[in-house]
Amino acid sequence: MSIIETVGLSKTFKTRQGLVEAVKGVDMRVEKGEIFGFLGPNGAGKTTTMRMLATLMQPSGGRAMVAGYDLAREAGKVREQIGYVSQAGGVEVAATGRENLILQARLYRLSASRAKERAQELIIALQLESFADRAAKTYSGGQKRRLDIALGMTHQPPLLFLDEPTTGLDPQSRAHLWEEVRKLRNEGTTVFLTTHYLDEADALCDRLCIIDGGKIVAEGTPDELKRQVAGDVVTIGLDTHNGALKQGQDLLATQDFVREVQLDHDHLRLYVERGEQALPLILRVLDGAGLNLQTIALARPSLDDVFLRQTGRSLREDEA
Amino acid sequence: MYLLSDTWLLFKSYLQSTLRQPIWIGVALFTPICYLLLFAPLLEKMITGTGPGKNSLTVFTPGVLVMLGMFGSLFVGFSIIADLRAGVVERLRVTPVTRLAPLLARALRDALILLVQCVLLIVVAYLMGLKADFGGVLLSLVLVVPMGIALASFSYALGLLLKSEDAIAPLLNILTTPLLLLSGILLPLTLAPEWLQGAAKISPFYYVVNATRALFDGNYGDSAVWIGFVLVLALAAVCVYWAASIFRRATA
Repeated sequence: MSIIETVGLSKTFKTRQGLVEAVKGVDMRVEKGEIFGFLGPNGAGKTTTMRMLATLMQPSGGRAMVAGYDLAREAGKVREQIGYVSQAGGVEVAATGRENLILQARLYRLSASRAKERAQELIIALQLESFADRAAKTYSGGQKRRLDIALGMTHQPPLLFLDEPTTGLDPQSRAHLWEEVRKLRNEGTTVFLTTHYLDEADALCDRLCIIDGGKIVAEGTPDELKRQVAGDVVTIGLDTHNGALKQGQDLLATQDFVREVQLDHDHLRLYVERGEQALPLILRVLDGAGLNLQTIALARPSLDDVFLRQTGRSLREDEA
Repeated sequence: MYLLSDTWLLFKSYLQSTLRQPIWIGVALFTPICYLLLFAPLLEKMITGTGPGKNSLTVFTPGVLVMLGMFGSLFVGFSIIADLRAGVVERLRVTPVTRLAPLLARALRDALILLVQCVLLIVVAYLMGLKADFGGVLLSLVLVVPMGIALASFSYALGLLLKSEDAIAPLLNILTTPLLLLSGILLPLTLAPEWLQGAAKISPFYYVVNATRALFDGNYGDSAVWIGFVLVLALAAVCVYWAASIFRRATA
């Protein structure tokens, strides 16, 4: 059963430069109990879409049902069903983690004693014990993020929105946070998260959408998406002088075993059926043409390849 | 009525955060106390009408109370910009919290801080030999609370609209200097030429200062007193309404 369903959801901003279409008609479904990822480069419309679904922003067009309620007409009901953790988090840094949690629980109309209990439950659930009674401004990035999520889970919402949950965290904290997110999912919470990290989308999400320029370009499980690319990816580095790259591209594009060749800055990217069989053939072709091979690498397709196929750009480039 | 309980919860939390850094309460006091210590003595011979039960501090202290509001409450908008960036405002917007509560709780906290600062300032003035009607002084403190609410709300609204410290700082400076001079805070505008007296009537602080001066004199029946109260209450209502509507829409 879908917990989120959108039809033609769009957002247009008025700026001094004119109208900007940040989200151009998003249709998607998020199923109950899954970790659903929204993958895309910065500025793709991820956060805007999430903010609309979390009732923080009015859509310019389209419709959405969130947790059984109509986003446009029943925003208050939607709010009761969702937790939302923004990129910034929103912790009161002068207060301790526990004070933050108790206040949040009180604002969700829990009694004073129940709020204390709930804070303690969350502290245990998200393993905040060792620092819950220190001022939040002393927390590390990972600690703060766990408090953010605890705040979002205060009222036990069936649906939790996480905006770029691991941006800026060290690898260990990221791994820890992924564990927490999986735990939430296993306990029945649906998690909708945005990310611009490929490995995060791949490792964490049950299903995902790839969004670029305000439009969804692909949707499915990580495996389904990678299967769309089909076969393996061979990356070849050639001498970049005197048009060798272009020559290599034209040459390889005519070979039967090559599905597609893309020129990507200083190297060529080949999509082939069976990488291990293609390698010697590639070498022979290039050698025959007198082209000097500098590097060659074989890889299974990644989500970045999916992104590249759909948009013609690499997600990694946008990060840099 | 969740408005009251929500406001109270947030008020306590905000106050706690402020009290963890009590230095800021003193920082806002610094400039007005400088004026009291280093400027008020200059007035001794200039201010006419001093007599028994009255001295230059009777005229000067009411103005410094208003100045305190300007240097304290009018600058709170800076903090909302930091909160906006830290996502604090947004996090509250997805909770069922009454929409007016986050603003009201902040403004009330600021008004309370202003009240405490004013009390400290009056203590200093008394130590320096202030002669004033005690009941009038207390009533002036009552007037300070809605003034603090008005100034703080106004400042939050500006902060939420401008969203940048770089933008709000010059704007507040541009606002405060003429307001300070036109309100007759430093010297009574009875000394001013006619055009300047006319210009002063635009500044709401002019009426507040007049009201507090009358109160310090013990002239409760002076029309300046009720004009001051009505004006400040109206101003507080307008500023809270305006700021609340901006709070409702505020996004980082």
